[in-house]
Amino acid sequence: MKKNLLLKSALATATMTLIAGAANAEEEQNKTAPASKEQAIGDWKFDAAFLFYSESDSRVSAIEPVFNANKRLDEDEYLNLKLTVDSLTGASPSGAVGSDQPLTFTRPSGNASYTVNANEHPLDDTFKDTRVALATNWTFPVSETTKAGLGANISKEYDYLSASVNGNISYDFNNRNSTLFAGLSYAFDSIDPVGGAPIAFGRMQPVGDPQNKLSGSQDKDTLDLLLGITQVIDRESLFQFNYSYSMSDGYHNDPYKVLSVLDDQGNYFDDGIPVANVLFESRPDERTKHGLFGRYKRFIDGDILDASYRYMTDDWEIDSHTVDLKYRFTLDNGDYWQPHVRYYTQTQADFYQPYLRQDQALPQFASADYRLAEYDAITVGLEYGMKTAAGNQWRFSLEMYNQTPTEPEKYGALQQQTLLPDWNAVMFRVNYSF
Amino acid sequence: MKHKSLLLLPILGFSVLSGCSTMGVNAWEKDLLAKPEMALDEQPLTDALDDHIYFSKEASSGGRAYAGGGCGCN
Repeated sequence: MKKNLLLKSALATATMTLIAGAANAEEEQNKTAPASKEQAIGDWKFDAAFLFYSESDSRVSAIEPVFNANKRLDEDEYLNLKLTVDSLTGASPSGAVGSDQPLTFTRPSGNASYTVNANEHPLDDTFKDTRVALATNWTFPVSETTKAGLGANISKEYDYLSASVNGNISYDFNNRNSTLFAGLSYAFDSIDPVGGAPIAFGRMQPVGDPQNKLSGSQDKDTLDLLLGITQVIDRESLFQFNYSYSMSDGYHNDPYKVLSVLDDQGNYFDDGIPVANVLFESRPDERTKHGLFGRYKRFIDGDILDASYRYMTDDWEIDSHTVDLKYRFTLDNGDYWQPHVRYYTQTQADFYQPYLRQDQALPQFASADYRLAEYDAITVGLEYGMKTAAGNQWRFSLEMYNQTPTEPEKYGALQQQTLLPDWNAVMFRVNYSF
Repeated sequence: MKHKSLLLLPILGFSVLSGCSTMGVNAWEKDLLAKPEMALDEQPLTDALDDHIYFSKEASSGGRAYAGGGCGCN
């Protein structure tokens, strides 16, 4: 038995030497296709990325530089540090519906107001924020077949703080053809909106009136569990299967989202207060999510197929399906083109409501956030990758994202308005690994 | 009802595990799978950027990695 193992390992070493030899010979012959840089023990490896993101109709636009440094401390031991800066500006749908009259809203700070023209989809154009996030991760071997990882993240923006810690363990078996993975993450989030977080279903008040606002920050705890298996199928392919569980407890409202209160004609109900009749949203303070994720990756004569599917379901009754396909066409010189298609569809949250009616009782929970509505989304993109003579890697990618919601049921004057307009975004990304 | 179907998960997990023991290759046949571009985490920065976009714009997150939180994104 032991002899057999020794023989296998000797064969493996001999084969690897042969392969390495062949690779060296090939490299000598073909100088235009530099090999990837090996990261020796003690070496740092750096990755930088820059994302430009822009939504249609002057909605959100963002620039996001990322810098990653990875040091190989030992044979199977790495330290990873990542810095992300995320700077965004623009407008976001507030949840209010449009009207054939101009509408005046108080800004979230309570210090100013803005007006939305008649028959326009109400957007709150207050967004301007910079987020800085730092992530560290340390992976190390526990035994010959077991590895572990420990990580910590912190992310801060003007009104939001998030901090998390995570740990994971992975175990190789079946001749290193199978790997089991288990990970746990705990996150603490705290939001402290300018002007205070609104009371659930609190009526929006005119400028300078702080009633219906809470003082202090609102917190949320999130626990994530991830269990997975990765399996080699044959010489060219492998698959991954994950189960994920996520439980969050605390403040889940978006303090900037509102719901319009309408009369029986589909117009804003006039209660005499000189700002549009909208109430701040109210969400449950708990959420539990389950996810199943499967991925298949195959090497096809130098090209690579990468396909995945995800199903998610939660106790807000949101079910979603995501299919993601990438195919990498490798060119003779080692560069590649990689088309990408992603399809996403979700059902609406059970408390999603596009508006409230004055003649109906208030539900326990309601939100008009478009992200909790029913919609489909498609991403189409193309990436080009190339290596420099020194073995450094450039990647350029351009993607388009298009979201098409299901328009909710309307009545009376509301029929003139689009409650959930389609929207799209352009994403341009550059990566450099050195 | 829907959550009952999640009880099938351990059964599915067991089937996957027992199926796994019959799959795989020898160490010297892993030359293609060992290529960096065949790694499942080949592009961690791109994955993280994508996850952040979709986390901000869609109700579902996670699955491949932790669902996380981390921003008050709009």
